[in-house]
Amino acid sequence: MSRIRFLCLSLMLALLACEAQAKTFRYAYRVDPASLDPHALAETFTLSWLGQVYEPLVGRGKNLELVPALALKWEQPDPKIWRMYLRPNVKFHNGEPFTADDVVFSIGRMKAEGSDMGYTFSTVTAVRKIDDLTVDLVMDKPNPILPMQTTSSYIMSKSWAEANGAAKPASVKNKVENFATNNADGTGPFKISSRQVGVKTMLVPNEAWWGPKEHNLTEVAFTPIQSDATRVAALLSGELDMVYPIPQQDVARVNATGKHSVLTGFELRTMFLNMDQKRDELLESNVKGKNPFKDKRVRQAVYQAIDMDAIRTRIMGGTSHVAGTMVAPGVNGYDAKLDVRLPFDPDASKKLLTEAGYPTGFEIGMDCPNDRYVNDEKICQAIVGMLARVGIKANLLAQTRTKYFEKILSRNTTFSLLGWQPLSYDAHSTLQDVINTPREKVGTYNVGSFSNPRIDQLTDMIETEIDPAKRQALISEALSIHKAEIGHIPLHQAGLAWGVRKGVSVVLRNDDSLELRRVKVED
Amino acid sequence: MATFILQRLSQALFVLLAAALASFVLLRYVGDPVNNMVGQAASLTEREAMRQALGLDQPVILQFAEFLRDAATGDLGVSYRFGIPVSKLLMERLPATLELSVCAMLIATLLGVPLGVWTALHRGSVVSHVLLAASLIGVALPTFLIGIVLILIFSVWLGWLPSFGRGTTVALGHSWTTGLLTVSGLKALVLPSLTLGLFQMTLIMRLVRAEMLEVLRTDYIKFARARGLPEATINYDHALRNTLIPVITVIGLQFGNIFAFSIVVETVFQWPGLGLLVIQSIQFADVPLLASYLVLIALGFALINLAADLLYVAIDPRVRADTTLARTVS
Repeated sequence: MSRIRFLCLSLMLALLACEAQAKTFRYAYRVDPASLDPHALAETFTLSWLGQVYEPLVGRGKNLELVPALALKWEQPDPKIWRMYLRPNVKFHNGEPFTADDVVFSIGRMKAEGSDMGYTFSTVTAVRKIDDLTVDLVMDKPNPILPMQTTSSYIMSKSWAEANGAAKPASVKNKVENFATNNADGTGPFKISSRQVGVKTMLVPNEAWWGPKEHNLTEVAFTPIQSDATRVAALLSGELDMVYPIPQQDVARVNATGKHSVLTGFELRTMFLNMDQKRDELLESNVKGKNPFKDKRVRQAVYQAIDMDAIRTRIMGGTSHVAGTMVAPGVNGYDAKLDVRLPFDPDASKKLLTEAGYPTGFEIGMDCPNDRYVNDEKICQAIVGMLARVGIKANLLAQTRTKYFEKILSRNTTFSLLGWQPLSYDAHSTLQDVINTPREKVGTYNVGSFSNPRIDQLTDMIETEIDPAKRQALISEALSIHKAEIGHIPLHQAGLAWGVRKGVSVVLRNDDSLELRRVKVED
Repeated sequence: MATFILQRLSQALFVLLAAALASFVLLRYVGDPVNNMVGQAASLTEREAMRQALGLDQPVILQFAEFLRDAATGDLGVSYRFGIPVSKLLMERLPATLELSVCAMLIATLLGVPLGVWTALHRGSVVSHVLLAASLIGVALPTFLIGIVLILIFSVWLGWLPSFGRGTTVALGHSWTTGLLTVSGLKALVLPSLTLGLFQMTLIMRLVRAEMLEVLRTDYIKFARARGLPEATINYDHALRNTLIPVITVIGLQFGNIFAFSIVVETVFQWPGLGLLVIQSIQFADVPLLASYLVLIALGFALINLAADLLYVAIDPRVRADTTLARTVS
């Protein structure tokens, strides 16, 4: 009898001990990752989320600096070769060892038809396995920033992918479900234990992970919560340990509870305005026979009519970083000297407009998304009001992102709001995709077709310049020409806001990435 | 009778085709899905290639024909957003929406009918005035606001009920999941079904009250009173029974509405049903999923109407007479 009692007691104690050790971290973001296939969609959130499960060769640290991940070190034995020394004794979640074959396979998969990640290795022409733990990435011309460009290029297990018919990336074009869309086998610090698309994904720590254990979690529950109000309520009610993003208007309320706090930072995405500088007559304007935006004085007039400090305090809740240049602090190539705006000066604007031959102003159409960026529509409305004061009447068309991108990417736009976060965290991406003269694979998002041959030339040089100091000088030169020419009007970087319950510690990275491996739950 | 059913079924099929075509034409206006399906690094030519691969550059009528051809073989296509077959996604989400709508309808009926009867019988009393005024709020306030207020009170302040999700679910058989068998699942159901059912409840309550008042004024009720029948027998046996016929019709039709328009409630409570799926798909311009959903909803309405028609035939001899008459004439 007493023995049974003893057994019961010890069982209960064991259960209690388990209870005390179980640390479940429950968190929510606005959306669900689009796919578990790391090569299916190059979208910031999806890639950052998959970083828990999959790993790149070279990763990012707390301050976005390059850190060893699956590659222990990387060097250039020749300007046209990047040699990757792989980490030994790493295992995939299914227990298979990680070798050079997986790297060769994954890069091939990324470059294959249907992959959205091909651009990260677009400069690489051959991948050579030297031995089981050494890989050479061979290029036609030097690419100094390859490690930076590939920090979200994740390595998959070759044998797993091939055994499950997922050797090709998941693409809707194939019209069948790909095994890798909802299953994953990475080397990362966490593995997926269950997933219900769009509803809930459970993760557990990968006990065999190679790195030091900084977290104390035993389980993670991730839920997408789309409605802002519900997401905040779920944090305040204690159902969740962390939610992001917290809408600007709720930051004070969350902080005021005493049981929660809001971590803040700045996005790496720069918001800016596009002006059509290509057409000889604007699409949506009352000015006929000429294009006012071709005149730098008009672009400057628009620039100086916009009061970014007012937008910062009135619309962004004081959390945004006012931008004077097209790349954000934290992005490689950022130059603080350029990050100063032309002064807000409506009188100067009016004078410039008069000089340019528009003393009474003019009328233009303006495009804006209303569900893509933080407060996008409100920012546009404020700009419309500010421009009206100098005589420019902007007719705002704010619509859902799908409609908006359809319109501006077909170039049927006169004046529009856009944001750009370089996926490589390097200014080259901004120059190449947003500022360069549009041509094949270049200038895709330069919807106003700003064009400056010197910047195009500098961009090509930046792509291959190996010396960091020289490279920075080239970037600064390109960005300062763009600034002087007012090719676009930079606006700001929005604030990041993560709501966290007291007793939970997370590290906010300025690329809005949450790393589960640095999460601690105290009670 | 068989002719009647066949006739109605062919009408339903026609409705389905029309709904599918209409949704396909409308979906041209939700925007270009391709820009959501590729990352920001994709060039314009890559986007165009994607558009061609998906057949989005084809005329609407060709796309529609292709959709019908595939749908006829049971293949509803692959969701642009999730990369999963649409039929699998819809089946995964259907149980959540069905449970929510059935619960909402039950709440609406079980509260609405008694309250309607009570306010009719106690016309002029203070309580019944208060109830009627309160029911106006239920009609007037938008659903999302009611949902948010309920979350604020019961989740944030009191901490009694969850603010989002479906709680723990249990798998029943191959493809059905239910939240009705766990405590957390039942708790999660309370706020969303209350929010969704509130409007229907006030509607039913007001309808029952109006019908009841009308019936109470009729001669046979007066005669029943004159005969000295007990008040309860008159009210519940004679009056209520006659009141319920139109109420049942309305409840049937409203169920279709609740099912189709749970979108708002599902968004507020992050309820993982069809409504939430659809709202996300609209933002993404997920054409295969939206088209299939709209056809599914049309099918639901067609079936409900068919059932209602059949019920009329069963209940009302006059409808039966009409169909026999129609047959003899033709």
